[in-house]
Amino acid sequence: MEELDGEPTVTLIPGVNSKKHQMCFDWGPGEMLVCETSFNKKEKSEMVPSCPFIYIIRKDVDVYSQVLRKLFNESHGIFVGLQRIEEELTGKSRKSQLVRVSKNYRSVIRACMEEMHQVAIAAKDPASGRQFSSQVSILSAMELIWNLCEILFIEVAPAGPLLLHLLDWVRLHVCEVDSLSADVLGSENPSKHESFWNLVTILVLQGRLDEARQMLSKEADTSPASAGMCRIMGELMRTMPILSPGNTQTLTELELKWQHWHEECERYLQDCTFASNPHLESLCKIMLGDEAALLEQKELLSNWYHFLVTRLLYSNPTVKPIDLQYYAQSSLDLFLGGESSPEPLDNILMAAFEFDIHQVIKECSIALSNWWFVAHLTDLLDHCKLLQSHNLYFGSNMREFLLLEYASGLFAHPSLWQLGVDYFDYCPELGRVSLELHIERIPLNTEQKALKVLRICEQRQMTEQVRSICKILAMKAVRNNRLGSALSWSIRAKDAAFATLVSDRFLRDYCERGCFSDLDLIDNLGPAMMLSDRLTFLGKYREFHRVYGEKRFADAASLLLSLMTSQIAPRSFWMTLLTDALPLLEQKQVIFSAEQTYELMQCLEDLTSGRPVHGGPDTQQCQDDDIETTKVEMLRLALARNLARAIVREGSLEGS
Amino acid sequence: MFVARSIAADHKDLIHDVSFDFHGRRMATCSSDQSVKVWDKSESGDWHCTASWKTHSGSVWRVTWAHPEFGQVLASCSFDRTAAVWEEIVGESNDKLRGQSHWVKRTTLVDSRTSVTDVKFAPKHMGLMLATCSADGIVRIYEAPDVMNLSQWSLQHEISCKLSCSCISWNPSSSRAHSPMIAVGSDDSSPNAMAKVQIFEYNENTRKYAKAETLMTVTDPVHDIAFAPNLGRSFHILAIATKDVRIFTLKPVRKELTSSGGPTKFELHIVAQFDNHNSQVWRVSWNITGTVLASSGDDGCVRLWKANYMDNWKCTGILKGNGSPVNGSSQQGNSNPSLGSNIPSLQNSLNGSSAGRKHN
Repeated sequence: MEELDGEPTVTLIPGVNSKKHQMCFDWGPGEMLVCETSFNKKEKSEMVPSCPFIYIIRKDVDVYSQVLRKLFNESHGIFVGLQRIEEELTGKSRKSQLVRVSKNYRSVIRACMEEMHQVAIAAKDPASGRQFSSQVSILSAMELIWNLCEILFIEVAPAGPLLLHLLDWVRLHVCEVDSLSADVLGSENPSKHESFWNLVTILVLQGRLDEARQMLSKEADTSPASAGMCRIMGELMRTMPILSPGNTQTLTELELKWQHWHEECERYLQDCTFASNPHLESLCKIMLGDEAALLEQKELLSNWYHFLVTRLLYSNPTVKPIDLQYYAQSSLDLFLGGESSPEPLDNILMAAFEFDIHQVIKECSIALSNWWFVAHLTDLLDHCKLLQSHNLYFGSNMREFLLLEYASGLFAHPSLWQLGVDYFDYCPELGRVSLELHIERIPLNTEQKALKVLRICEQRQMTEQVRSICKILAMKAVRNNRLGSALSWSIRAKDAAFATLVSDRFLRDYCERGCFSDLDLIDNLGPAMMLSDRLTFLGKYREFHRVYGEKRFADAASLLLSLMTSQIAPRSFWMTLLTDALPLLEQKQVIFSAEQTYELMQCLEDLTSGRPVHGGPDTQQCQDDDIETTKVEMLRLALARNLARAIVREGSLEGS
Repeated sequence: MFVARSIAADHKDLIHDVSFDFHGRRMATCSSDQSVKVWDKSESGDWHCTASWKTHSGSVWRVTWAHPEFGQVLASCSFDRTAAVWEEIVGESNDKLRGQSHWVKRTTLVDSRTSVTDVKFAPKHMGLMLATCSADGIVRIYEAPDVMNLSQWSLQHEISCKLSCSCISWNPSSSRAHSPMIAVGSDDSSPNAMAKVQIFEYNENTRKYAKAETLMTVTDPVHDIAFAPNLGRSFHILAIATKDVRIFTLKPVRKELTSSGGPTKFELHIVAQFDNHNSQVWRVSWNITGTVLASSGDDGCVRLWKANYMDNWKCTGILKGNGSPVNGSSQQGNSNPSLGSNIPSLQNSLNGSSAGRKHN
């Protein structure tokens, strides 16, 4: 769209004095941080350093209303459904399906209105009651606009049906009639009710002639003097030619019949048939489409578009869509009569009558601060292929622009963000990258939420986001010493380096405490073990312990040996491994074969030869060295003994 | 429609910077009272101060968060000629119950001879790296090679800007098509000082940062500078806070046309210039998608700028205060939600003259 015209919205922050201070600020994912400060550092502030407030500014508080949340949720379902059936929308049924979608949206708006109205009534204090009531008004306006757009742009009603649709539209939105009707009919003597003629008039204004006729018959019953006139009027009402759905007559036929009827009404008027009853005379004039008579009923009409439709009904029922705008403009002018100027809603409706879709969308964007309405309506109109037909190169981009705005707004909300994901999915240009930027920022307060976010990213092959989120969680877990959690996140992130780091921590913990934490996890690593050498070692080392625990000593022995010879054991851990070998070496039966023992000895020598000689006066160091030396001695001894026994055993076996 | 809620800041002197963390659930403030405070948002949406400590021996100008991939890490810079890196230590359980956390200093960066005016972490794909700039005209880039050991930082680059620097901005683009890039602004007010905005780019071959561009049209002191997040554009967008708000685009000129091995050449265009703040503009910052720019100026307002997709920039919002007092208790946001109407008469025109409001 060309422009979001209109002045920028000014938000006042209570407590801030813009005359005295400037503001520093920062953006957050859904909020903005603002604080009073003074940037001119050179100035020494004589004023007492205040204790300023920090302000959190949030946009679109609207999304937090319970009732509106339902609107967002349900319309999301309709939106996604529409995108999905796009391919199936072909041929003749396409239009009717799109109309159905439009009606679905509208029924969701109406349901929301209903609920909001109930909330308004039940509101505890008048202020919030008023707030909710104004919400109802806004929703009502939205439905009014949407309905008109449906008739003109989606239904694309041709001349003839067009008027019928517009009549329905007006009847739906100017509904004082029903309560008035109930009042009057419920009274003892309806025709003597003070609002009787108002009721009859409004029925006529809304083209509800059958009902008007019934009212007149009541009048005829109670007032014999006017019975005759009522009968005639009733006949006129009955015989007014209208296009009914399913009627096979052509427009020309209808026009002809209507012309005749119109002339008949005219004759009655000229003959002063109704002269003695001003009410009836007025009705006759109305039915003749007399503008002055119609304008006298401003109160009952209540707005210019009602005036417009009534006027069309009684002066040009076969109006062509393309001519609507002239009638609309003149109706607006006549109705306002120069006393007031058009308001935003009027402009929006006028733009619709002019079939200027872009103007409708633009005006709605300005008048409504939430993107919900324009985003969904524009998307629907885009599916009707209406935006392309307007010769503006950014036709399709407007749809995406609005959807992106709407979806971005949803991401500020702790649970509605999930709806936003689908909207981004259906924005081919910038949807994916917008989603990537937004989804990274979702706070991962719970594991459940994190998993949800990850699933969404994985479904869309957003590998970088998956990696990043898992890394954030892994880091958090490490800092909180939850090693098991850290490890599983590292594995999910496919972050070999971090997996190595966490594995090292596990091993260090083991060295310090003599046992493993998170055994379940390590035992069930599966193929993930291959992510990093250190992780593989951790898994295999744990396996060694398990096997040893099951007393499968020979297996344990080979595993232990392979851990050392395959080089996946970090050198720092060799001593621990060799020490682990000790119990196996000192078992009654010989477990390590001669060859295996040789290998172990080799490892020990490798280890001790690489060790620098610790000189120095440090007693602790000396003590450590002593312990080390003792260990090495013990190992040498144990290995030597084992070697001896192994040789003997193997020698004997071979012998026998 | 915006709604504001207030939190008593409790600093004993002027606050110079406020900063949200990556997820918007923590924030940090720094002040002339030489301390930094960290605030956490609870599940119910209330903010509590969970840490407050003295960080420097002079006013603290800026505070910034590292990416959460590196843990809970903050950097601050100060008039005391140093910048510091802080890490949160997971405390004892009683601390957690009291809602307090501890931050320890991991390193002090003391290379600057003058006040350190800005500190910014590099984009996460570059590792744990930060840049500082000082009044001595030097931009210093430090790196912590071991993410698990934040006490080891090495000075990797020193970029001489020749003018007193006031602000820096890293280009957040992680696209492989772009080399790391950093923009530096200077608020030097001497008349000979020309290059108020310089852009440096990392060269893979020389392994150094080289000057890629100087914005010659910016001749007034620059107070803040910010690259916009990149939504897959081939060009960069840079916002500058000077005597007005300026937005530039930098389109890389195709490499084949320039001398190979040198820094990228850019086509510069100014796409917006706004002097609505009536005087100096002090801060500029982009929202997370780079679609809205916020600026703060001498007029005491924060303005929001947005482009339509014809790339016409307009002011779409103003935040200001008229000095009216904060009403009621702090922490109370506006609990009345609304679909909102910018122009209240939208509902009036439906209410119209009497009838028509009631729905059915």
